[in-house]
Amino acid sequence: MKFGVVIFPGSNCDYDTYYVLKNVLNQKTAVLWHKDHDLHGVDCVVLPGGFSYGDYLRSGAIARFSPLMQEVREFADRGGRVLGICNGFQILLELGLLPGAMLRNKNLKFLCQFVYIRVENDRTAFTCRAKKGRVLKIPIAHFDGNYYAPPDTLRELKQKGRIIFRYCDEKGRVTEEANVNGSLDNIAGLINREGNVLGLMPHPERASESFLGSIDGRVIFKSIISCLSRPSPLSRQKQKKTIEPAQRVRT
Amino acid sequence: MIDPKTIADHNLTLDEYDLIVKLIGKEPNITELGIFSLMWSEHCSYKSSKVHLKKLPTTGKRVIQGPGENAGIIDIGGGLAVVFKIESHNHPSFIEPYQGAATGVGGILRDIFTMGARPIAVMDSLRFGPLDKARNKAIMEGVVSGIAGYGNSMGIPTVGGEVYFDNCYSLNPLVNVFALGIAKKDKIFYAKAEGAGNPVLYVGAKTGRDGIHGATMASAEFGKETEHKRPNVQVGDPFKEKLLLEACLEVMAKNLIVGIQDMGAAGLTCSTTEMAAKGNMGIEIDLDRVPQREKGMTPYEIMLSESQERMLLVAKKQEVEAVRAIFSKWDLDAVVIGKVVEGGRIKVSFHGEVVVDLPLQAIVDLCPAYRRPNAPAPFPKTAATGTDLPSPADLGPALVRLLSSPTIADKEWVKRQYDHMVHINTIHLPGADAAVLRIKGLDKALAMTLDGNSLYSHLDPKTGAKIAVAEACRNLACVGARPIGVTNCLNFGNPEKPEVMRQFEDTVDGLAEACRAFSIPVTGGNVSFYNETEGVSIYPTPVLGIVGIVKDCAKATGPGFKQEGDSIVLLGENRAELGGSEYLKILFNLEKGTPPSIDLELEKRVQEVCLKAIEQGIVRSAHDTSEGGLAVCLAECSFLSEDRIGCEVDLHEDLHADDLLFGECQSRIVISVKKRSVKELLALAQKMRVKAAVIGTTEGNRIVIRNRGRGLIHLPVRDGFRAWKNAIPEAFKVR
Repeated sequence: MKFGVVIFPGSNCDYDTYYVLKNVLNQKTAVLWHKDHDLHGVDCVVLPGGFSYGDYLRSGAIARFSPLMQEVREFADRGGRVLGICNGFQILLELGLLPGAMLRNKNLKFLCQFVYIRVENDRTAFTCRAKKGRVLKIPIAHFDGNYYAPPDTLRELKQKGRIIFRYCDEKGRVTEEANVNGSLDNIAGLINREGNVLGLMPHPERASESFLGSIDGRVIFKSIISCLSRPSPLSRQKQKKTIEPAQRVRT
Repeated sequence: MIDPKTIADHNLTLDEYDLIVKLIGKEPNITELGIFSLMWSEHCSYKSSKVHLKKLPTTGKRVIQGPGENAGIIDIGGGLAVVFKIESHNHPSFIEPYQGAATGVGGILRDIFTMGARPIAVMDSLRFGPLDKARNKAIMEGVVSGIAGYGNSMGIPTVGGEVYFDNCYSLNPLVNVFALGIAKKDKIFYAKAEGAGNPVLYVGAKTGRDGIHGATMASAEFGKETEHKRPNVQVGDPFKEKLLLEACLEVMAKNLIVGIQDMGAAGLTCSTTEMAAKGNMGIEIDLDRVPQREKGMTPYEIMLSESQERMLLVAKKQEVEAVRAIFSKWDLDAVVIGKVVEGGRIKVSFHGEVVVDLPLQAIVDLCPAYRRPNAPAPFPKTAATGTDLPSPADLGPALVRLLSSPTIADKEWVKRQYDHMVHINTIHLPGADAAVLRIKGLDKALAMTLDGNSLYSHLDPKTGAKIAVAEACRNLACVGARPIGVTNCLNFGNPEKPEVMRQFEDTVDGLAEACRAFSIPVTGGNVSFYNETEGVSIYPTPVLGIVGIVKDCAKATGPGFKQEGDSIVLLGENRAELGGSEYLKILFNLEKGTPPSIDLELEKRVQEVCLKAIEQGIVRSAHDTSEGGLAVCLAECSFLSEDRIGCEVDLHEDLHADDLLFGECQSRIVISVKKRSVKELLALAQKMRVKAAVIGTTEGNRIVIRNRGRGLIHLPVRDGFRAWKNAIPEAFKVR
């Protein structure tokens, strides 16, 4: 399989993500320039962290107009896997591929620190290698990570198992104190209805080498790899673990 | 006509003006006067400091570029070089904290990538007045978010630094920003205009009226009315700079240019004149072609503007289109505004008329250098030792008060506003003695630290400077790094005052002596004078940025205890040296005494023991004693350990309790090792003639310190930790 990392002019975690996929996890990885109209046949598109266009308006508000985003949207509509990390998540919200919006962190300051997140649903292509309830230690680095959605959206997210990660403490307890940025319902990551587009605020690429303090981030990339490396969609459906939320709903 | 008032407004003396007339053979017009006022300002010309700075050692076998360029360059092997520098942005940060600090980051980053290096780290030395005053808090809040706002957006990690608090910084906050980049040794670029006929290109943001006279502003004291200087502070656009960074590195990688210089202080004036002068060429530019943000700008305004995020580059004649294509890929304009010519003059035209015609040498090289009069300051040298002072009833509460002194307390409130992890190289998160970064593709790691204790410098400038170098090197030794190069930022008051000049000279002497002792070259830096407001000057504040190399990145060591049951070994000697200590300052409100003495030869041996032990793989943790002395050092070793392991320490010293616990005598390192490695460490110390003693064990959840069996400290780690952790957040709590 092949990953593609999109580079916007103000992306700054693009190379980190590329490095981890290519040099740490030994995956074929392409660099996708935002002004192109070509996804280079990748199987998973990663929208990396950073400040895509300076984010002077709203984070990700301009990036959604980049030429390549048209291809990314079509790719997602066809069921292609899209992972948005931090600013990438914000862009997915602006694109409307995921519901809701980001507010300023509750303390009105940029926050860069390790946090703990709990895997809330392991039946997705992004979490199939992590058991539900597993606690991951992963850093965050953002100003606007305070997730918000209207009540009916939240209800749907909850009902359909679309909240994939929640901020928690070291022991996996979802507490107010652990919710450093003030996100609604401690939401750290969520998935679309069809189960192929995931956005999360923490940076898995910053937790993929042991000297950096954690390798818990790898499980997200590894889930994608193992899910997408399977021979055919048919055999995929037979595997219980990979049934995605949307498929569950349909059946 | 130029009248005396206009000359004074441009911060030039009448003598200087007469010299200018003599040098250029005519009366300058107002634009020409403006050019001289910038280039002959203290900020650009170093006129009060350069005769003294010559004393610093600047050579060494690793040095690729010493002082005089945008940044210094040191060879780190493997075909790579590090490019680093520190700069002050004190004056603008006082007037407009957010933008002042933000553009400080922007400026130093341009200095790095202008040389062909990709910046990989930023550190800041920040000094503020006490946090019980609202204005100081507002300044600190603005400065920290300004640094975060710029650095985070650019995606350059802010990996460390220091924050100090003292009354003398109340109206004179210091913001010193250090940046470091990595370049390929054979792909380094210089600020040189070469090749007659080569086009001069202007790239980046448009020119506006912001920042006019910024460099001149930084070369004078402030009075009561600083509000009206706010327009002198520029506004930063980190996104634009990120584009500029990528585009510049791309044209450099493709070898399309011959020289490049950023437009920082003194903007277009400095970049055009310096580049041409360095290349022994002349330069012609046409101001009508300079992209402008505002209508009706005069030549004076265009030449003096300090709008941010602009660069000047000299392209190879045949590559102009290729350069343009790359800048356009990054949505930036690249405009030819002139060309390199023979003849050593700058000619500037505007609306078809020549508005500037000056010899470059006069502007760049012939500014007078002053050996200003000096006089010793009346230092409050009253000896102060533990025996003179009332001993606090219980030493435990004294330790807690020190731990909650903002200078010593945990700086997480600051650090977590900075993205310190981007680039995924940061081995030690901020809080360690020095920042440690892996270098992708190499086994070694880079270490870097900023240091300087201005209270020592106030009490004895020469000793203060020596200690600053020694401590910075000691911090590197604690992580396992050997120093390879120095940059310094020297912050002082008004150099026209003899006692300030004396402080400066003594400081440079101390730096020179210490850098020679450690055999480390100074590759550049910055002098910031006139840090005085309403007649109050800062303490002399030399800030040392020292870069080192950890041979084996896997052996990089941290300050926190690793495991219960390890032995704690103290390298170095405990002496009664309480002068200039944080203890006297916080508990007795005394900023006096003789600062700790420093024996550089002993210091080197102590560091060598620590380094050797780390290289032999026996060190579990290492942390030096600094502000707050041994007691604070031990407490920090505990707070910075993952499980907050406590310690039981038994000392056998013939010293007063205050001296022993809180004295800041130098050349001491606290190391924890496995029990079975103790012998090896002590043997190593003996070989290097360094005093070393097992002083205790890592264990439990208390910090217990006894001397000769008498209990001095018995503090639950939890209580100390809370005081240390909460001090700064508490100060900022909205009530």
